[in-house]
Amino acid sequence: MNLTTNTTINTATGLQSLSISQRLIAGALALMLGLTLLVGTGFAGDYRLHNGAHDARHAMGFPCH
Amino acid sequence: MIRNLFAAALVAALCAGLATAAIQHFRVTPLILHAETFEGEGGHSHGEAAVAVTTEHDHAEGTAAHSHDDAAATTSAAPEEWAPQDGFERTAYTTLASVLAAAGFALLIGAISMFAGIPITFANGFLWGIAGFITFSLAPAFGLAPELPGMPAGDLMARQVWWAGTALATGAACLLLAKTQASWAFAVAIALVVIPHIIGAPLAPDEPSAVPAHLATEFAATTLGTALVFWLVLGTVFGKLNDVFAVRHAAIPAGATL
Repeated sequence: MNLTTNTTINTATGLQSLSISQRLIAGALALMLGLTLLVGTGFAGDYRLHNGAHDARHAMGFPCH
Repeated sequence: MIRNLFAAALVAALCAGLATAAIQHFRVTPLILHAETFEGEGGHSHGEAAVAVTTEHDHAEGTAAHSHDDAAATTSAAPEEWAPQDGFERTAYTTLASVLAAAGFALLIGAISMFAGIPITFANGFLWGIAGFITFSLAPAFGLAPELPGMPAGDLMARQVWWAGTALATGAACLLLAKTQASWAFAVAIALVVIPHIIGAPLAPDEPSAVPAHLATEFAATTLGTALVFWLVLGTVFGKLNDVFAVRHAAIPAGATL
């Protein structure tokens, strides 16, 4: 009981303890890296990226051909 | 804390990516390989089909090989492009691509969590997962059904734009409802979800598919099921790790700076 309550409170402080600017920086970094990875694996037209990720693209529902 | 976000995202991505790759290996890839055996019959050109045509041509025109050499060389230039070898190499690349895409999705929802100020926890990780599934799998698939090699499809760029736009609008709807459940928010969210489907996904040309229907339906169902597993694993593991890191962070005495 106590444990779950503590966890919830601590988790809330995990995000809330960050200042707005820290959150924006972390978010911007994660967004840029995440989008780069998604474009590379799911969308890039380069044939090496396309052929390497071919089956994964089909399996994850990205438009492929 | 930024390190924690990236660590949680990447470990969750590894778990979700590997779990997905395992399901893909046994249930999804066999369907892709099977579909590829029909590819080329429906007029869709692909590397392997082109190779087969070229070799056939060489055999048939054996006597006139000299004059046809140049033509064969130019037409086989495209099929020469690199692709992983069938078997272990192909599986390895598929697994790698799944893990990297998982990392991309994890960092993306991590970024949204940071911007929106909504933590990803073990308690709500399930909901993050459901939202991710609806945003990136179900909504795009509603307009662009999961596609096997060899199936007729519209212009690639147009489909990619529609896919990304639909994910963006649907994700925005999920985020809006997570922030506020006012009645105007419901109206806006419904509009965001519906508009891409009113605009409509780029249509496939009206030509017969080379791929048998039972393969295509099995593929659509299996990939959506796999995507659900992927997103639930990603959301819950991401949330669990965030909880663990937050507890560890809180356990450090207040005076200690790291």
